[in-house]
Amino acid sequence: MIETKALRKSFRSRKQTVEAVRGVDLVVREGEIFGFLGPNGAGKTTTLRMLATLVEPDGGQATVAGVDLRRAPGEVRRRIGYVAQGGCTWDEVSAREELVMQARLFGVHKSDARRRAASAIDAFQLAEFADRHCKTYSGGQRRRVDIALGVVHQPKIVFLDEPTTGLDPQSRVHMWDEVRRLRAEGMTVFLTTHYLEEADALCDRVAIMDYGEIVAEGTPDELKREVAGDVVTLGVNGSAARAAELLSTEPYVRAAEVADENLRLYVDDGASSIPQILRLLDGAGLPLGSIELHRPSLDDVFLARTGRSLREA
Amino acid sequence: MYKLARDTWLIFARQMGLLLRNPVWVFVGLMQPLFFLLLFGPLLKGIPGLGGGNAYRIFIPGLLIQLALFGTLFVGFPLVSELRMGIIERMRVTPVSRFALLLGRAGTATAMLLFQGLMLVVLAIPFGLRVQVGPLLLTLALLALIAVLCSSLSYGIALWLKSEDALAPLLNMVSLPVLLLAGILLPMTYGPQWLRSISAYNPFKWAVDAARQLFAGHPGDGAVWKALLIVGALAAVVVTWAARSFARAVR
Repeated sequence: MIETKALRKSFRSRKQTVEAVRGVDLVVREGEIFGFLGPNGAGKTTTLRMLATLVEPDGGQATVAGVDLRRAPGEVRRRIGYVAQGGCTWDEVSAREELVMQARLFGVHKSDARRRAASAIDAFQLAEFADRHCKTYSGGQRRRVDIALGVVHQPKIVFLDEPTTGLDPQSRVHMWDEVRRLRAEGMTVFLTTHYLEEADALCDRVAIMDYGEIVAEGTPDELKREVAGDVVTLGVNGSAARAAELLSTEPYVRAAEVADENLRLYVDDGASSIPQILRLLDGAGLPLGSIELHRPSLDDVFLARTGRSLREA
Repeated sequence: MYKLARDTWLIFARQMGLLLRNPVWVFVGLMQPLFFLLLFGPLLKGIPGLGGGNAYRIFIPGLLIQLALFGTLFVGFPLVSELRMGIIERMRVTPVSRFALLLGRAGTATAMLLFQGLMLVVLAIPFGLRVQVGPLLLTLALLALIAVLCSSLSYGIALWLKSEDALAPLLNMVSLPVLLLAGILLPMTYGPQWLRSISAYNPFKWAVDAARQLFAGHPGDGAVWKALLIVGALAAVVVTWAARSFARAVR
């Protein structure tokens, strides 16, 4: 559905040149939810905007829905839907009017546009407020309208830029269901997010981006498996560096990282290594504030690849 | 071509719908020329050589051009908030024609102006204004060209600056000297040579001259076709530029 090769973009502001995207290669398959994960400023949005024809790439190639992005952006536009980060409706119009208008912008005839708007209102459960002015909507309602607008013309691919940023937890879960429903209808979904849980729970495949480059790509499970073993997080009250020095030479410790004042140890088997860790710390007289054992998360993948925690990046 | 017309109509109908939801703005725009008509117009009657209905034949065409300039030069403001809200961006990721995004909006500004202009002329009739239908229609055509020119310019600048705070002073800085050098309040022929030389480069001075000739009943006067040509050519250039900005505009 989407294939890119060495896609690049830099921006010039005053005298500085910022390389926002430095050669992105990725493949998005038909009918999957593909997540672009990374900290703010990693280049996720720029990549998405390039693929959605809003920003012209400086270099590289891309095929979107079977069309060469750089040769025929107009043809790409016909086949994709795009939902920007913020809400994007006038305050003084209703969701229904806006949906009809959006369908007509894609060349759909008036009566057909009305019918499509009605079925989108049905599918996204907007009926309750669809004829009120947009300014009366809640954040979650507005977001659902935005997504309905992005797919009212039934594109093959829809691009969602941070679809759940700023939503409360309940609306977020609701939004995940909507995204899954799009996939069930056969649509390919390309979304960006900086929420680990979202990438993990919602996406079929994930690309992790940092400083304009993709640092990892695969299913969430594949990526986590690469980190291997278990993660033990120790709260050692300011002596993380000393504890790291002490523990990193142990044979069962694969890697040790200091993040957020805590020490993270990647070990083969958590259950058997915890007693040994405790013994060592006790012997060195290091006070232990907390200890936690968990399976690796996407954050650990990010940490393993970049040396930083996504939460602090 | 069919697609361009259809898309333009679509955008026009949408913008018209938004405008008519708040029709008060149509009348607010008419207030300023109305004040000039009511509170400044009577003064002209006292000026020797300008007395009677003749004064309004010189004064009303000027007011119409002023209305056209001020009524359409500031239409870029709502566009800045549309840009910020992401509405323009959403429209850009559709196959809609880029010219239509501009022309539909410029069309709305033009329709509003023609309504206001007609209102002004009708309201001036009780004061003694007399004008023939043919020349009046030509004047409206000239006003429409000015509306397309000024609204496109405003949209283009709004897309370029992307900020109301920068847009307001810039437009004010441009519009006032343009207005004064057009001889709207008094004909430029009363001015000294240097002022007349500068104003010769002002397209709106030509528009005002043309409108005055039309209201005086001289549609064949050279000023008329010159003004239509000058304003028309400028409008074509500005529309092309602004439509390109619509195609490029990114936050």
